[in-house]
Amino acid sequence: MKHALGGVFAALMAGTMAIAEDVKPTAVAFVDGTVEQSLTGQPGDAAEGRKVFANRKQGNCLACHMNADLAEESFHGEVGPPMDGVADRWTVAELRGIVTNSKIMFEGTIMPAFYVDAGYTRPLDDFAGQSILTAQQVEDVVAYLMTLKEL
Amino acid sequence: MNMKPWIAVVVAGLASTAAAQDQNSLSIEGEDMVTEAAAPAHMENLDTIYSGWRFRSGETQALETDDFDNPAFVFVDQGIDLFDKVDGTEGKACSSCHENVEDFAGLRTQLPKVQDGKLVAMEDLVNGCRTERMGAEPWKWSGGQMTAVTALIGLQSRGMPMDVAIDGDAAPFWEQGKELYYTRVGQLDMSCSNCHEDNYGMMIRADHLSQGQINGFPTYRLKNAKLNSIHGRFKGCMKNIRATPFAEGGDEFKALELYLASRGEGLSVETPSVRN
Ligand code: HEC
Ligand code: HEC
Repeated sequence: MKHALGGVFAALMAGTMAIAEDVKPTAVAFVDGTVEQSLTGQPGDAAEGRKVFANRKQGNCLACHMNADLAEESFHGEVGPPMDGVADRWTVAELRGIVTNSKIMFEGTIMPAFYVDAGYTRPLDDFAGQSILTAQQVEDVVAYLMTLKEL
Repeated sequence: MNMKPWIAVVVAGLASTAAAQDQNSLSIEGEDMVTEAAAPAHMENLDTIYSGWRFRSGETQALETDDFDNPAFVFVDQGIDLFDKVDGTEGKACSSCHENVEDFAGLRTQLPKVQDGKLVAMEDLVNGCRTERMGAEPWKWSGGQMTAVTALIGLQSRGMPMDVAIDGDAAPFWEQGKELYYTRVGQLDMSCSNCHEDNYGMMIRADHLSQGQINGFPTYRLKNAKLNSIHGRFKGCMKNIRATPFAEGGDEFKALELYLASRGEGLSVETPSVRN
């Protein structure tokens, strides 16, 4: 069947299957701002998460958070707390909750919810109905944050 | 002054280099500007207001102190030519009715304002003259001709304090603007206040956040080497938070402009200012 329908369809299928396993943004189960279950059912990739953290079009976490581990990047923001030692301050479930939707942990925060795809006002058309990060990217970022321990 | 608990520690060590907005004074062509003032009574969350000039780097700041160095003056010169240029079916230029552009001193400080029940910005006044008195086509809200002429007219008020009316028939427009200022929009779900009230003085990646004052508009930006309108800036900020901007010249942006003008009450008009 794959061969008959060609590569494009196969890729689509693969995509759909991966998404089907992900917890949907609206289905994430929060307990006191924390999320126990991995959104993908698998551990994230810390090296990828490090890239997402710095990438201006993805997490752009560096816009607000200083992070000594990313010393090679020149501009670190000051809007949020520095990320150094963040893994000592929070558990993995707490960090997943904060990245997924920080507004539950920090009421009224400026920090965007990275895995929420509805309820926004006037989103640009290109972003309507989408979350800023995918489930995989959230898991990657969480895995990366877990590496940020005080020396 | 604005400070986060997590940078207080860092800053304490640097003492005198902290908070650049607390130790600068601006003089343009020898005239002192008010870049810091007590917040007007209607502002609930800030004690002090600062011009955006206070948050720029030393090099950018210096460009605004001397009209010869200020790149915006190339466009002011274009504004002078446009002001004298006959256009439209009536065979008139702006200068046919407004002999001396200096007569516009004070106008920038009072806009936007209510006329015949409508909120009008400087761009509306310019286009009103063009269409009704000159029989000419209106200019594009943020186009080069419009910003050149609004810079020229605004310049006549330079050094005068911002002083917009917010009571009487302006009140409902002001309320609408205030509402917009505090409403979160876009995929990033932020309001103007999140950045310009709660976090001014902080770095957001490479940008030093100001209070988002409009006393320097139109502003020359080094980034795009042209004059930028107030509504053009609003549009840019909305797109950055992945929100669909309101229309330039539309009711929402005019109301927001009125509200922001009122947040700058007492700051000197710095038109045309220089920003990065
Ligand atoms: C626009 C600003 C902004 C962005 C972008 C942002 N954050 Fe935050 N973040 C904050 C603020 C502010 C806080 C502190 C909570 C509060 O008081 O609102 C915070 C808190 C946190 C905390 C808790 C830190 C601690 O030590 O208590 C973590 C972890 C965190 N953010 C991770 C991230 C990650 C990961 C990203 C990107 C995927 C990100 N943030 C993007 C502003 C931001
Ligand atoms: C994510 C943060 C953010 C949000 C939200 C935001 N802005 Fe801005 N704004 C900036 C940055 C960064 C700049 C450039 C540095 C500066 O002047 O603050 C800027 C600049 C401005 C300026 C120019 C100030 C000057 O002196 O030249 C104005 C006016 C302004 N913003 C108004 C607004 C309005 C109105 C809104 C809401 C519709 C808004 N901003 C939302 C980040 C933001």
